[in-house]
Order: sequence, then C-alpha cells, then structure tokens
Amino acid sequence: MVTGTTPEPVWQVLRSVMDPEIPVLSVVELGIVRYVRPAQGHLRVGITPTYCGCPATEVIQRSIRAALAQHDMGDVIVETVLSPPWSSEWLSEEGRRKLQAFGIAVPTARAPSQVTCPRCASHRAECVSEFGSTPCKAHYRCGECLEPFDVFKCI
Amino acid sequence: MTASAPDSPAARGGSPSAEARFRYVLRLADTSLILGQRLGEWVGHAPALEEELALANIALDLIGQARLLLGYAGEVEGRGRDEDALAFLRDAPQFCNASLAEQPNGDFGHTIVRQFLLDAWQLELYEALSGSADARLAEIAAKAVKETRYHWRFSAGWLVRLGDGTAESHARVQQALDALWRFTDELLAPDGLDEQMAAAGIAPSLSALRGRWEARVGAALAQATLQRPAAARYPWHGKRGVHTEHLGHLLAEMQHLPRALPGAKW
Repeated sequence: MVTGTTPEPVWQVLRSVMDPEIPVLSVVELGIVRYVRPAQGHLRVGITPTYCGCPATEVIQRSIRAALAQHDMGDVIVETVLSPPWSSEWLSEEGRRKLQAFGIAVPTARAPSQVTCPRCASHRAECVSEFGSTPCKAHYRCGECLEPFDVFKCI
Repeated sequence: MTASAPDSPAARGGSPSAEARFRYVLRLADTSLILGQRLGEWVGHAPALEEELALANIALDLIGQARLLLGYAGEVEGRGRDEDALAFLRDAPQFCNASLAEQPNGDFGHTIVRQFLLDAWQLELYEALSGSADARLAEIAAKAVKETRYHWRFSAGWLVRLGDGTAESHARVQQALDALWRFTDELLAPDGLDEQMAAAGIAPSLSALRGRWEARVGAALAQATLQRPAAARYPWHGKRGVHTEHLGHLLAEMQHLPRALPGAKW
C-alpha cells in the first residue's frame, strides 16, 4: 500500500487515464490535470473541465478515481479547479501530434484559421459548423480531398 | 424565499446578505438553465444536422454553466440544497430567470433572435463578472465567457444571414425581433438587488452594461438590415419570480422525472 504522499507515482497513473471521447489522449496530455499535491496524509488531484457542460468531465473524474484505486494510491481527493480556465493552449506537444494522427486537426491560438487536413495535410479547409461532435470540436471539410474532419476549437 | 427582503432599502449598502447573494446567483443560474432547456427542445427537430448539433452544444454549455452556478447558489444559501434540488424541486415563482429565456422556441429564426439577444447580454455580463469581487463568480464567468463568444458568433451570424437573406427570412426574423424586444428591458434595467450587487462590486452596473449591449446588438441589427423595435417595457419580471405562463410548462417537462422518481440514478 502506497502511503499516498508522493505525487510522481500518481502522475504515472494519470498518464494512463484516457479521455473517453478521444481515446488516444491521456488526461495529462489534454492538459486538464492542474496539480497533484500532498496534503495532510493524502493527495489532492486538481482537474479542470474543458467546457462547463462537457459530459466527459464526470466520466474522467470517475476513471481517475478508479485508476488510482486500482494502483493502490491510497487516499486521493479529486477536485474540480476552474481558474485559470482551460484553453487549447494547455494541450501538450505530444497531445497535439496524437490528435492530428487520430484525425483531429489542432490549430494554435496564434493562428486559429491555420487548419491542416489530418488526412492529406492540405491547408484548404472550410468550416462547416463551429459546433461539432463534442463541445471541444468544430466541424470542417477539406477543400482538397473533400473529407470531413474534426477540429479542436481554440478557446 | 422572500421576494422583498433583498430589495428593501434597509438591505442596501454594506455587504450583501447571504440571502441577497443567493438570489443574485440564482438569476444567473436560472437564465442559463432555462435557456439551455429551451434549446434542448430542438434536438430531433432542427432544420439541418449542423444546426441541431450547434443548438445542442450551446444547450450543453448553458446547462454546464447553470450547474456550476446552482452549486454555488446552494453553498451560499447554506441549507443543504444541491444543484439538483435547486433545478428540479423548485416551482415557477422560485425561479429567477430572465423572462426572455423562457419564451417558446417558435421557428428557427425566432430561436435565433432570442439567442442573439441573450448571447449579447451574457457576453457583456460575463466579461464584466470576470472581475467580480466574488472570486467564485469571477472564475465561473471567466470560464463561461469563452463559450459564450462561440454562442454569439453563431447567433449573430445566423441573424445576419436570415435578416439579410430572402424576403421571407427577413420578415420572419423581424417579426420575432418585434415580439421579443419587450423582454430585453428586464435584462438591462436594474432593480434593488442588481444595484446592491453592483454597489458591493459583485456585479457590474446594468446601466453601464446597457450601453455596451445596445452597441453590440445595434451593429449586428444594422448588418442584418433589421429595424430596431421601439423601446417597450414588459411589465412582468422573471428575475423577481413573476413569470409568463410558458415557464410552468417547461418546468413540468424538465422536472417530471426527478419528481416522479426521487433520487433515481442512470
């Protein structure tokens, strides 16, 4: 039984907890784990929601608790942190690469209109709708290969 | 819940009571909740799949914001009511949403006009609330405003397309605007509770907000070639718990299940 006072083993477990909607991305790569900190004999894990109403948030919190329990991480309190609000800039570099490979384009906040088709790498893409299959994604179509694809919104 | 206490002159000035803060947070929460519920009625009925997804996504954001706000309202009240108790176990007179939010969907253009007027308001309000003296409200608003910018782009974009579209679409959104305009004064006319919150630095001054709202709405209306209706005041005030007949029907649908099966889980 781990006494539950060192953050690193917890980070290790968190790197194996995947986003339920984007199963190639861990919650750490998504940038929603704000901290793992010891506090009076247990650990506190701070999670920030991507969108206020994202139904995945509760699933993620449950998965995190289950994974930590499975790895015998002792007393861990998972809490919600709102500030500063999450933005797509919190995605890790590795996370961006994985998303693009998974078929979801990820523009940067510096160039939100620079969208690269994840299928043919063309920059000729048009926005079909700013609201896509989940709150965090917009719906685009490639002007070159004509395939529809998801784009991670810059918020 | 008493409607008069927070508005009484004695309650003004100084730090607002927990009861006053509770009622103020409820106004924000209920407007998002009721508008989100209304938008959810479009699921399965929207004119195109993309627009249905958009309306459902906006509904989801609004209900998410409402959950954060209702949870906070319950903490401020301190009587053990959680977000579910506040959403599902209150009756119409205890709801404090703006009357505009509860108005029926009508056609797609009507829904767009209602959304456009409320998005413009929530956008200005949340931007201002991000600097609230109430730290919790400030962080909820800072989170919500990012989503609201997307909502506004959607509703203002459609307003322009419909207003500056065909003769038929223009006529329909102008009609919707004429029908809904009277509900906008409530959003911008402060009552005692609004003034008390503004004095305490918790909420922005609605008089200052009115100018920014009118500029934002006015510019979009001009682009949409729509006529701004004459100023009109609706005599009822949803934010004070006096609602149009539409809210009761909405609540019946929204609350039926949790009331019929208390504590039911998925």
